[in-house]
Amino acid sequence: MALALEQGVAEAIRQHGADTYPNECCGALIGREGRVTATYALPNTTEEGPRRRFLVRPDDYREAEKQARHAGGDLLGFYHSHPDHPARPSQYDLDHAWPFFSYIIVSVRTGAPEDMTSWRLREDRSAFDQEDLTDA
Amino acid sequence: MPNTIHIPTPLRPFTDKKESVDVSGGTVGEMLVDLTTRYQGLKKHLYTDEGKLRNFVNVYLNDEDIRYLQREQTPVKPGDSLSIVPSVAGGAGSVLPKPKAKAEVAGVIWQ
Repeated sequence: MALALEQGVAEAIRQHGADTYPNECCGALIGREGRVTATYALPNTTEEGPRRRFLVRPDDYREAEKQARHAGGDLLGFYHSHPDHPARPSQYDLDHAWPFFSYIIVSVRTGAPEDMTSWRLREDRSAFDQEDLTDA
Repeated sequence: MPNTIHIPTPLRPFTDKKESVDVSGGTVGEMLVDLTTRYQGLKKHLYTDEGKLRNFVNVYLNDEDIRYLQREQTPVKPGDSLSIVPSVAGGAGSVLPKPKAKAEVAGVIWQ
């Protein structure tokens, strides 16, 4: 399993993570057939503390699907940042994940983006499997 | 006239890539049961093990959130449509430590 990122995508995610630090950022991954061509930044609307949580509301989700359609692609997944935490999914990530989506996590340490990883939920919801991130 | 359920992107692989599915039922809950009977792979992503709709699964009856109606008991009329719309949530709150041995990752593969 691999997710290919076109030029500028990884930079956009890292920059968003740095911009919102110490809060989590979130956004949509748009592209086609395992190739991310664009990101769509979304507001983090969580009411549980944005340093440790993110939430994309249904209206914003619908807007992301619309943006993907307008771009002639599909919604491939979502990204978010883990401020001062590793780029590994949490139990909370697992509990709230959707199948077939790619979930990119970027770790942001004291404001500087570091590791970036991508994950997919197993069909039985038991775990995430890591997928390779490559340059498209 | 059949009732339709609109399917979001991550669930379409379970519905033969259909964006909407025609179902029958007199209530929102019956429509959802018909959907998950036709496409059984959807069930664990829509419902908890206790049979309740997951809290990040939002269901709209003609654009109205069923939480503000009668939830799954909400009656439907012929031609009404449902939309399943995800909330997407997560966060670093409880990142699990790296397991020490491969055996420990069985079932949950946190790195």
